[in-house]
Amino acid sequence: MNVHEHQAKELLGSYGVPVPPGAVAYAPHQAVAGAAELGGERWVVKAQIHAGGRGKAGGVRVAGSLEEVGEIAADLLGSRLVTAQTGPGGALVGRVLVEPAAEIARELYLGLVVDRGAQRVSLIASTAGGVEVEESGAELVRETVDPALGLRDFQCRKAAAALGLSGPQLRPAVALMRSLYRCFVETDALQAEINPLAVTADGKLVALDAKLSFDDNAVARRPTIAALRDLDEEDPKEIDASEHGLNYIALDGDVGCIVNGAGLAMATMDAIALHGARPANFLDVGGGATPEKVSNAFRIVLTDPNVKTILVNIFAGINRCDWIAEGIVSASRELDIDVPIVARLAGTNVEEGRRILAESGLALTAAENLDEAAAAAVSSLEVAA
Amino acid sequence: MSVIVGRNSRVVIQGLTGQHATFHAEEAMAGGTNVVAGVTPGKGGTTHLGLPVFDTVAEAVAETGADVSGVFVPPPFAADAALEAIDAGVDVVVVIADGVPVQDMIDVKRYLVGRHTLLVGPNSPGIITPGECKVGIMPSHIYRSGRVGVVSRSGTLNYEAVQQMTALGLGQSTCVGIGGDPINGVDFVTCLRAFEADEDTDVVVMIGEIGGPQEVDAARWAAEHMTKPVVAFVAGSSAPAGRRMGHAGAIVAGESDTATAKMDAMEALGLAVVRNPAQIGETVARVVVETGAGLTRVAAS
Repeated sequence: MNVHEHQAKELLGSYGVPVPPGAVAYAPHQAVAGAAELGGERWVVKAQIHAGGRGKAGGVRVAGSLEEVGEIAADLLGSRLVTAQTGPGGALVGRVLVEPAAEIARELYLGLVVDRGAQRVSLIASTAGGVEVEESGAELVRETVDPALGLRDFQCRKAAAALGLSGPQLRPAVALMRSLYRCFVETDALQAEINPLAVTADGKLVALDAKLSFDDNAVARRPTIAALRDLDEEDPKEIDASEHGLNYIALDGDVGCIVNGAGLAMATMDAIALHGARPANFLDVGGGATPEKVSNAFRIVLTDPNVKTILVNIFAGINRCDWIAEGIVSASRELDIDVPIVARLAGTNVEEGRRILAESGLALTAAENLDEAAAAAVSSLEVAA
Repeated sequence: MSVIVGRNSRVVIQGLTGQHATFHAEEAMAGGTNVVAGVTPGKGGTTHLGLPVFDTVAEAVAETGADVSGVFVPPPFAADAALEAIDAGVDVVVVIADGVPVQDMIDVKRYLVGRHTLLVGPNSPGIITPGECKVGIMPSHIYRSGRVGVVSRSGTLNYEAVQQMTALGLGQSTCVGIGGDPINGVDFVTCLRAFEADEDTDVVVMIGEIGGPQEVDAARWAAEHMTKPVVAFVAGSSAPAGRRMGHAGAIVAGESDTATAKMDAMEALGLAVVRNPAQIGETVARVVVETGAGLTRVAAS
């Protein structure tokens, strides 16, 4: 789960990470009032969307007057910001963050990640902070954290030294890193990024931009994090799916997919692509799929107008093919489906599942294996066209 | 011989009295698995499926000599259950749960340091040595005893590969689902090493997916250390970048994370890469013929 920059900064600030003062605005007049209250002569107005790459896309702008703050806010709010990470449709800007413009001497990068190689959390620090860090690929230091010990001062000092933070900046740097780590652990974060970590003209450290993402599997035990979820940032179909225990990701092809298991779901998409068509979605019905869950899967897949055919591929282990078959039958009765359906069932209770489909009288194509299923789905597209 | 679990394994099921655990324990026992005990806190002293139920894993180990634990408890409690099994000194702990918090697993991995226990999972279908021992949720009827070792991140793709092989008469020595999470127990290299050393395995199938360096790391290890052929597939060629495809670990974060990049690298390292997930079985059959895998065994016997 991702959160907005202003939420990440509030959270980090509560752990002692120095962040700039700021005001969140949902309307231009709020932005102007916020800027006036913050004081100063120059402000930064920042579009609050979850995707990165905002700076280059014109989502972060400097204002030299309160009037200009209002103009920029009016321009950004309600617009769709297209960045390198949003896709061509862009993301709707529902709020902006106004902060006093800082005098920056140096821009650094500081982050904590779940390090798959080490199977632990690692602190990553680089002198190549700022908007270019994604491309630069420069990595200066990596300090892996023993979870039994936590991030220790000496590790922070090593990172600080590598960043050229010495003298009066050393202690604040160590304190900042420890605060960041404490926040990371106590919120079940998966990624925490301060980029840039600015050294201001007067030598102070401040987190000018911050990005936090949290473990979906731990949100239930972190109610303060759960409350930060912004549903406007998510695809309504994906929200609908997750409420029904389904994992759905919209793609841009025309073969709707209903599969169990993430690996098989990806392999099914791959098989469709190898037969020359494109999947309309990734959908994993998960384990313990009831007929209702399968029926909901059909409903969600069919809300995509590009779907011209549906491929069901179930290899039941913890699932039951008979329940899946019942779900297919009830979905086709309830939903008035006007696209071809190809179903491949295998695994637990497969004979019963196939019998239910055969006796239902539904006009669906039963496939014996993955290759046959993908081929049948793709050829049904050609028939439809 | 077999890998990690076999006919001599004595299995305790944590969470035995639950619905899924009951179903799969019964199925495992019907298939020859030696399940010796269950653990459900608060139900110690009772029996379930004719097995003694204990409050703690330590008691189950002391009373029954269990050396493998299958953890069938829900995700929020799975890490603690795994820690308990490790503390009790079992040789293998298998965690099925999908949705265990990452930081819980980091703690479990830390706890394993200096201890002998092998962890399989989480987010795993489990492990099966067909006809001897199953600790997991896979559909037993598709497996046949044989000489192909299988290791995969995905559960259902493991079934897919196995069914293709079984249909061609190729049985399996042991099949391991290492799980789809970013922090997990035994990795590809651990399994490849075990299969290389296993005299009942002639060829290995390795099934990966997008995200992370482990498939290519394993291929590099195989190129340097293995005499047995490895057939490899990586799922997700058609997955978009930056989206988590179901599994917590399945995300293309950089160029080297893509399925195509991984398969290219693995092919360059000499593995028998199969690009079409529907052709895993026939590729294994072809590799067995072409390399003469297992022929030295036949000649020696």
